[in-house]
Amino acid sequence: MKIDLTQICRNVGSWLTQSGPVSDIVISSRVRFARNIAGFHFYSQADSQQREEILQFAHDKLMATNLHGKLLYVNMCDTSDLERHLLTERHLISKELAEKDGSRAVAWTHDESLAVMINEEDHLRIQVMANGLQLDKTFERICEVDDLLAHQLEYAFSSQFGYLTGCPTEVGTGIRVSVLLPLPGLKMTQEIEKVFRAAKDMHLAVRGLYGEGSEPIGDFFQLSNQITLGKTEEEIIESLVVHAVEPIVEYEKRARRKLLQEKQNALDDKIFRAKGILSAARLISSEEALYMLSYVRLGIHLGRIQDIDLATVNRLFLLTQPAHLQNLYQETFDASHRDLARAEYIRKAICN
Amino acid sequence: MQCQMCDKTATVHLTEIINGAKIERHLCEQCAQQEGITIKSQVPINELLNNIMAVQEEAQELSDLKCPQCNISWAEFRKRGLLGCPNDYLAFSKALTPLIKRAHNGASSHLGRSPAQHKDTAGQQAKMLRLRQKLQRAVESEDYESAARIRDEINQISSN
Repeated sequence: MKIDLTQICRNVGSWLTQSGPVSDIVISSRVRFARNIAGFHFYSQADSQQREEILQFAHDKLMATNLHGKLLYVNMCDTSDLERHLLTERHLISKELAEKDGSRAVAWTHDESLAVMINEEDHLRIQVMANGLQLDKTFERICEVDDLLAHQLEYAFSSQFGYLTGCPTEVGTGIRVSVLLPLPGLKMTQEIEKVFRAAKDMHLAVRGLYGEGSEPIGDFFQLSNQITLGKTEEEIIESLVVHAVEPIVEYEKRARRKLLQEKQNALDDKIFRAKGILSAARLISSEEALYMLSYVRLGIHLGRIQDIDLATVNRLFLLTQPAHLQNLYQETFDASHRDLARAEYIRKAICN
Repeated sequence: MQCQMCDKTATVHLTEIINGAKIERHLCEQCAQQEGITIKSQVPINELLNNIMAVQEEAQELSDLKCPQCNISWAEFRKRGLLGCPNDYLAFSKALTPLIKRAHNGASSHLGRSPAQHKDTAGQQAKMLRLRQKLQRAVESEDYESAARIRDEINQISSN
């Protein structure tokens, strides 16, 4: 059965439409495990025949779990550039998986909360996403999936180094815990650099909207652990939450309060200009749209804007990305045509 | 130049690169001592040379190191940053451990989850890898009899 990606991508994943805890500041929580299958070379050293064998093996084992009825499976060789781009924008696959060649695939659940990439840097990359700050629940879920797979296949594992990964910086737990945070308050009060320096001192990585290899766009930041060995998964999660996410959420709240009290006019100006641009612009780039949507989102959370609902803004964040927009309009755009279509789409969504 | 901690003249100048950020410190001798910065005024030249030689010899020895399972050499790993197979963790263990420690804030042993039915199977895993290679070669040379036998062996191990 061919999965119709273009149809799926006309909407947003259901995990994104529910609202989770602290979702005024934390957009999403994600946990991913890097796993390799014993008895095979790591991806980078496997030849094309072995890569195909790994793909087939991983596919069969994944489908032998009780997840199989819930999974959509797409072999990357059967996809177009646009489709891979769509999957990247939905965070179902990484840029690396989208851009490289050869045997590779992704399987995900209908609600898009679980995705398993096959033959990325490691044989398996399992990820679970949730709305808002819900790392504990996310971790519980990913452990279930991990156990299901461990019953079907043997992971490359050593008692000394834990789960063995292609890159030694991921070895041990193979865990990457990340949260996506828009921090417009801290950005406006110019305290954001301070937060990043503190995060880096704690061996945390600060990245952009699309994780590894992406620059921060707008005021979206992805915060994640870098150390994967020598601590339990729970410790890694707890230390990220207690020492980084919670304090940053607190700083962001304080910055927003301070802006409301001391610079309400300047804040309102930013928020309502953003709303004005989104409801009037005739050409808008995806970067500008992200910035403006983020201000509008802030305005909604602070009660300054009441005639636009949060769900609309959240949908627009995803659907105005280049590939999604192209998919909605079912035609190939050049950049300027895309900016025209984006502006039109946002205007319609906001003014209704 | 003035000491960054008191008003005296700075005589100790230190440039450190920490996590890619350059940090310059200018201190007077007393403050430098208080900060625990000591400068060895002279290193005997032969000690220095011996150190360099030792490092070079070790580097040569290391870069020739090869994993018997996947044939990747230590030098290749250093160039690409990616290991070739799980056995590399054993084959390169001596050279790799310090690197792992550096990446993981000093840690070199795993504390987290382990696969449900994990027995210490490093040896068995290496065997599987060898068998799969043999199988591939057998198939390539159209030796289907051996291939069938190897496949049975693999299945037996993985069903244990």
